[in-house]
Amino acid sequence: MSAATTERSRTAWLDGVNPVTKVAMVIVLAAPLLVSIDAVSAATALLLELLCVPLTGLTFAAVLTRLVPVIVFAPVAAVSMLLYARPGGTVYGTFLFATVSDDSIALSLAVLVRVVALALPIILIFARTDPTELADALAQVAKLPSRFVLGVLAGARTVGLFVDDWRTMSLARRARGLGDRGALRRFFSMAFVLLVFAVRRGTKLATAMEARGFGSDIERTWARPSTLSGRDAVALAAALALIAVALGAAVVSGAFRVVGT
Amino acid sequence: MTGPARVDVEGWGWRYAGRKLPATREVDLVIEPGERVLLLGASGAGKSTLLAGLAGLLGGSDEGETTGRILVDGAPPETQRGRIGLVLQDPEAGIVLSKVGDDIAFGCENLGVPAAQIPARVAEAVASVGLAVPLDRPTKALSGGQKQRLALAGVLAMRPGLLLLDEPTANLDPEGVAEVRVAVEGVVAREGTTLVLIEHRTAVWADLMTRVVVLAPGGGVLADGPPERVFAEYGEALAAAGVWVPGRPVDLPVLAPVSAPDAVLRASALSIGREKGAVVASGLDVSLPRAAGTVITGPNGAGKSTLALTLAGLLPELAGEVVAAEELAARGVRRPVRWRSTELLTRIGTVFQEPEHQFLAATLRDELAVGPRALRMAPAEVDRIVDELLERLDLASLALANPFTLSGGQKRRLSVATVLAASPAVIVLDEPTFGQDRRGWRELVALLQREIARGRTVVAVTHDADVVRHLGQHRIRMGDAA
Amino acid sequence: MHTSTSALANRSSVATTDRFRWRVVDIVVAAVLGVAIGLLFWGWNTVGGLWFTAMDGLTPGLGGIAVGIWLIGGVIGGLVIRKPGAALLVELIAAIVSALIGNVWGVTTIFSGLAQGLGAELIFLAFLYLRFTLPVAMLAGVGAGVGAWVLELFLTPNLAKSVEFNLIYLGTLAVSGALLAGLVGWLLVRALAATGALSRFAAGREARRDV
Repeated sequence: MSAATTERSRTAWLDGVNPVTKVAMVIVLAAPLLVSIDAVSAATALLLELLCVPLTGLTFAAVLTRLVPVIVFAPVAAVSMLLYARPGGTVYGTFLFATVSDDSIALSLAVLVRVVALALPIILIFARTDPTELADALAQVAKLPSRFVLGVLAGARTVGLFVDDWRTMSLARRARGLGDRGALRRFFSMAFVLLVFAVRRGTKLATAMEARGFGSDIERTWARPSTLSGRDAVALAAALALIAVALGAAVVSGAFRVVGT
Repeated sequence: MTGPARVDVEGWGWRYAGRKLPATREVDLVIEPGERVLLLGASGAGKSTLLAGLAGLLGGSDEGETTGRILVDGAPPETQRGRIGLVLQDPEAGIVLSKVGDDIAFGCENLGVPAAQIPARVAEAVASVGLAVPLDRPTKALSGGQKQRLALAGVLAMRPGLLLLDEPTANLDPEGVAEVRVAVEGVVAREGTTLVLIEHRTAVWADLMTRVVVLAPGGGVLADGPPERVFAEYGEALAAAGVWVPGRPVDLPVLAPVSAPDAVLRASALSIGREKGAVVASGLDVSLPRAAGTVITGPNGAGKSTLALTLAGLLPELAGEVVAAEELAARGVRRPVRWRSTELLTRIGTVFQEPEHQFLAATLRDELAVGPRALRMAPAEVDRIVDELLERLDLASLALANPFTLSGGQKRRLSVATVLAASPAVIVLDEPTFGQDRRGWRELVALLQREIARGRTVVAVTHDADVVRHLGQHRIRMGDAA
Repeated sequence: MHTSTSALANRSSVATTDRFRWRVVDIVVAAVLGVAIGLLFWGWNTVGGLWFTAMDGLTPGLGGIAVGIWLIGGVIGGLVIRKPGAALLVELIAAIVSALIGNVWGVTTIFSGLAQGLGAELIFLAFLYLRFTLPVAMLAGVGAGVGAWVLELFLTPNLAKSVEFNLIYLGTLAVSGALLAGLVGWLLVRALAATGALSRFAAGREARRDV
């Protein structure tokens, strides 16, 4: 039916990986980092992941652009840890509830790197995934109920169709005498109207879908089969290896530190 | 089961949960296989409800109560998924997936058609409706007419015996209407599928139909028979109910063309566009005569709406300037786009194509009061204006209703009323009669003619030839997209 | 041609009166709400994020005050759909959308969505999916806040922070959840119902009776 990537300029290696495998990869690359709070595992994971960027079909520029908000926020999480971690080692100063100590400095550094390391996998792995392909995979490979998967896909699609409405509504508000002040109020009133539109359209869409046999007990067939291949095994193994190396590096360097200790 | 379906409606009625009165009741109807039925009736008579009932889509016992029964090929419609196809009015709401081919295949997949057979069915459906686009085209890039044909193709891929169409062309421009008409004609000619269609634009469809059924608002069937007979006997009642009956034009005066226009808004060598750098039309010389009706016409993409919004001071000119007459100047400024929002409000009012884009309040009263309140009028004055408008536009009984719950015609009247509340000298309307039935159409055009008589300038973007006739004292025709 | 309501007439529909079964319209609207709220989250990421930034970095736990909006998905999901799993699903979808568009918390947003949605879900479950009043909505907001608090003990990890921090954070999360998620969510659902958009849901039909 529809070839998966007819309109993409280049096909990347990662595009051939099944979306379900991609989900597993994201979990594999993120969850283990949550076990330990140290800078070495996070930094190693970060570095290795950045080395894999060519395989994803993204440019470094694109990745960096999407990392910007993360990098901007990371110091915040770090500062909070710096001031409020439970004190350990040499204490450098206290103020009200805040205490800066050796421990808190180490922890804040670790958190800084970890925030970025946790954000990167989704950016790298899912930036180019087609939602329909993802839904097909979740229903066929992961065996999630097709009613839910496709229903969510269809509903999610409708919300993205309202760009023109937004522009028209801004003009309408200027025409009605409300364009001069109260930008925040305008924003919320427009957002609310779009929500009404979206829910209405979703309701009509549900009827149309049911009319086409959706949601019944009939066993469904798939026009776009989603399958697993060798590449999936390779990708998942690579992700596992990557995180193992990252954690291993932390253990070897002695920085490994389980959360809560 | 294949071939055209047979429909039996026996004393059927439906009441939506939470409402006191049933939406429809005591409907008795038999539709033989291959018949093509045009379903008419005043709004509120329950046409859409009947269609939803025929499709078995009204929901469970928690959503309403049913009396009587409907049988398609001798069985309830809910058990016949795939045998009954439904196309709705909103082109967007009929599209499930983001690529053309995927969307058409959706019905087949749901019905368990073996994957190997699906491509053939899709190709067949596409050819059937004459949709000549590649299968991986994104669905949101399609035009309105194409979207409706896509919805139809998605339905046809299931090979239904009964085709139900609920105002499929109401939201389309004339080009789209023609496309869908041709597609449907082709389908019924080839397959002989039983067809039930709701439309108020009967002139377009009447000669395709074999039978007309009119539902009465109180319940039951008012008329049932061949088109010529029903239109002859019930033509007047139908016209009053909002149906465009062939051979019964609207009884409104045709305004005389304006000969020596005294311009209230003028522009020369004007270039317009939605974004800087993207010129839609250029070199325009426009002048809007005072206290007269002007219509802007032209094909799709020519920039009619863009011109209207530029003249209304909402979009900046890309080249050239729109200049208002001396008495409209605000703080000495004569370019509408430079006026503040509150200054624009009392000089040029704009009515958008989709009334709901303009709605701001939770009740009609508050909605009408928005403009006056923005002008900081005293509450007593605001109330006076609101009451007067409610009376004038026949919306008094709905004063406390939520604007979103109004019918299409009422919403349109409300959007015009909100503009009139600030008494602007000029009113600009974008496709004001879009989607209107005959009654709504007549009320609106009559209202605009009255406003012109009172000295207001009216500018309407339209592709409706009747609007051009009844309001077009001055006509601006936009050329084809360069 | 009978007009009487004989035995075969009042068929209860195919889906019977199982009030826990999700209809297609429930699924689609849950997705619509989830995505819309996800967009709201992404927008709030700047405002709320700024507050959180300032407060969390400098004060012990007061960053929690702005968090309420991120808890609203579960409340709205439960109030509109009223079926088991609705609160969890809507909050989860909102979190996924927020993560996909790109935010600072990356994958962990999804864990937050799960924990927060679950917190709200448990409250609706406690009322057996029968009561959807304002107090229940506010409690669901608190539940979502507690869910977030528990998760962040391990995620941030707040376990490494002092007891005062964690207690104050729990307090602000609870209040914020009750007000910004519970109260605001309830009002939003009411406003939505008043427009008639929820006519296929019990929440919409309740609003109708007032007019």
